[in-house]
Amino acid sequence: MKTPLLSLTATLALTAAAVQAEEVHVYNWSDYIDESLLSKFEEETGIDLVYDVFDSNELLETKMLAGGSGYDVVVPTGTFLQRQIMAGAFQKLDKSKLPNLDNMWDVIEKRTDAYDPGGEYSINYMWGTTGIGVNMPAVEDALGADAPVDSLSLIFDPANMEKLASCGVHFLDAPTEMIPAALAYAGLDPDRKDEEALAKAEEVLMAVRPYIQKFHSSEYINALANGDICVAFGWSGDILQARDRAAEAENGVEIAYNAPKEGALMWFDMMAIPVDAPNPEAAHTFLNFIMDPENMAAASNYVYYANGNKASQEFLSEDVIGDPAIYPSEETLEKLYTVTPFGPKEQRTLTRLWTKVKSGT
Amino acid sequence: MRRLVLILVPYLWLIALFLIPFVIVVKISLSDVALARPPYFPQLDLTAGWAGIRTFFSELDFENFTFLTTDDLYWKAYLSSLKIAAISTALTLLIGYPIAYGMASARPEWRATLMMLVILPFWTSFLIRVYSWIGILSQGGLLNTFLLWLGVIDQPLTILNTEIAVYIGIVYTYLPFMILPIYANLEKLDGALIEAAEDLGCSRTSAFWLVTIPLSKSGIIAGCFLVFIPAIGEFVIPSLLGGSQTLMIGKVLYEEFFSNRDWPVASAVAVVLLVILIVPIILFQRNEQKNREASQ
Repeated sequence: MKTPLLSLTATLALTAAAVQAEEVHVYNWSDYIDESLLSKFEEETGIDLVYDVFDSNELLETKMLAGGSGYDVVVPTGTFLQRQIMAGAFQKLDKSKLPNLDNMWDVIEKRTDAYDPGGEYSINYMWGTTGIGVNMPAVEDALGADAPVDSLSLIFDPANMEKLASCGVHFLDAPTEMIPAALAYAGLDPDRKDEEALAKAEEVLMAVRPYIQKFHSSEYINALANGDICVAFGWSGDILQARDRAAEAENGVEIAYNAPKEGALMWFDMMAIPVDAPNPEAAHTFLNFIMDPENMAAASNYVYYANGNKASQEFLSEDVIGDPAIYPSEETLEKLYTVTPFGPKEQRTLTRLWTKVKSGT
Repeated sequence: MRRLVLILVPYLWLIALFLIPFVIVVKISLSDVALARPPYFPQLDLTAGWAGIRTFFSELDFENFTFLTTDDLYWKAYLSSLKIAAISTALTLLIGYPIAYGMASARPEWRATLMMLVILPFWTSFLIRVYSWIGILSQGGLLNTFLLWLGVIDQPLTILNTEIAVYIGIVYTYLPFMILPIYANLEKLDGALIEAAEDLGCSRTSAFWLVTIPLSKSGIIAGCFLVFIPAIGEFVIPSLLGGSQTLMIGKVLYEEFFSNRDWPVASAVAVVLLVILIVPIILFQRNEQKNREASQ
C-alpha cells in the first residue's frame, strides 16, 4: 500500500554477473525494498532478477485479470489478493521449496488467513495500519494543546475540520480505506457494505468534504514534511517517512503518527505467484530468499513497515521494532480491524459514492 | 492491379488498427462482468463449434448501455468533456493561428528554424512537460512567486487543481497540432491573391478575412479536429492538473476499468464516446463532399 511515485514502470535494470540465462520477474510497490537485497539475491542464486514497480492495487489487479503479465512474483494487498485468488489468478505455493516458511509469525498468519486460508497461495511481505499523521505545532495552533490527534474525530468532526482547513488536510484517494474509517467513526462495523452503512459513511464524508484540500494517495508524504499541510489520513510507513524527512530538514515541522483509538485498518501486502508465471521455480527461490530473517529485517529497516516474519525481529533496528507506530503494542493490536473485499455490485456503489464525495456530482 | 493494391493498403491499415480493436471493444461492452480472467463473460469457445458461437451470441445484451442512462454521472461527464474540449480548441486556434500566420509570412530561410522551434518541445516526454506545469502553477510556484514579486497580486492565486489549469495544460500540449496544419496551408497560399484583393480595393484586414481565412479553412478544420478529438478523451492532463471537481469522461473510463474492474461498462462508455466523436466527423465529410460536387 505504498504509493510514493507515479513512476508506472520505473524498471530497475540490474546488471547480473551470472552467466546463467535464468530470469525471475518481480513486480512490487515502488520504494518498498532495500535495493541492496536485489543484487544480493543475484549473487546468491545466480538468477537474473528483473525488478519492476507499480503504485496502485488497481493497476496490478488489471494486469493479473488480463493475464500474460510475464511476472513471477507480485505483491497485492490482502483484500485484492483474495479476489484475485477467486478469479484464478494465482498458483498454489509448493511449500516443500519454501523451508524458510518456519520463520513466519503466527500472529500475522492468523490474520492473513482471512484472505488466503492456510497461506496456500501467498506469504506476507509487509503490513501496516492506516491512520492519522499530524504536524503537531500547526495542529496545536489550530485546535489547542488538547487536540484529539489520536481520534477519528480530528478528521471527521466538522467542528475540528473547519479549524484545520486553513492549514491543510489531505485524505487518501482510496475508498476502500476511507469508507471503513468513516464507518468506525460512526460506531458501525467497518466491514459493513450494505446500502444503509454506505449511506451513513457518505454522510460522514460529505460533512467534512468542504474542508479537505485534496484526495491523493502519495502527495501527502512531501506535503506533510514541507509543512504545506497539517493533517493527512494515510498509511503508517509513509507518514513515518514524512516524519524523518521533516526531522532532516529541521524546518520546524514535527510529524507524529497515530492509529485512531476508535480502531484502525490493518492491511497486509502479500507475495504471490501468478498462475501463468514463466518461471515458478525461480519465483519460489525468491520467496524463500525474502523469508530469510536477515533479508526481511533489512527490508523493514529500510522502508519502516512491519513484516510478518517472527525470526527477523532480532535483526530489526531499535527505531523499527521499538516504535509502537510500526510494531503496535498488544493493546493497540487488539483494536486494529481488517476488512474483506467488495463484490462487483458493492464495488460499483462504493466507487460511485467516492466520485460523489470527491466531485460533488 | 496496382491501383487495387494502392487502395487496399489504407483499408488494411484501417481494418487492422481500427475495425478489429473496435469490434473487440463492442463485444466486451455487450458482455457481463465476472470474477475471472479476463473479468467478463461470456468467452467465445471456438472448440464447441457452431453451438459455442450460438450460445456466445445469445449471452450478449445491451444492459451496459441502458445502465449508462440510469446515472447522471455519465452524461454530465460527456457534456463536461465536450465543453472543455470545445473551449480548449477555440483557445488553441486563437493562439495557434497567429503563430502559423507569422511563420508563413516569415522569410523562407527562417521558416525551417521556426518549424523546428514548434516541434522542439516534443523531444521531451509529454508526462514531464505536464508535470512541470505543476511547478509553475502551484501556490508557491514560479507564476505566483513572479506575480507576487511584481506586486500584481498580494495573495497567491489558486490555479493548480482547477479547470483553468486543465485548459492551460491542454492548450499548451496540443498547440503544435493546431499550428502545423494551418502553417502547411498558409505556406502554399498564393501571395498574388492577396495582392489582387488589395488591387481591387480591399483593405489589408478585409483581405485577411475575405481571402486568407477562407483559403486556409481546410487547415483550420484539420487543426481543430487534431486538438478537439484527443482533448475529449484526455486523461493525463485532468488527473495531474485538474482538481477532484473536474469531471471528464477519460477519468470516468479509468475508474470503470481500474476501480470497478467493470470492463463491459468501461467498453460501453468508450463505444458511446466514439459514436459521439464519429457522427459529427461523418456529417462534416458528407457536407464537404456535397460542396465539392456542387462546385464542380
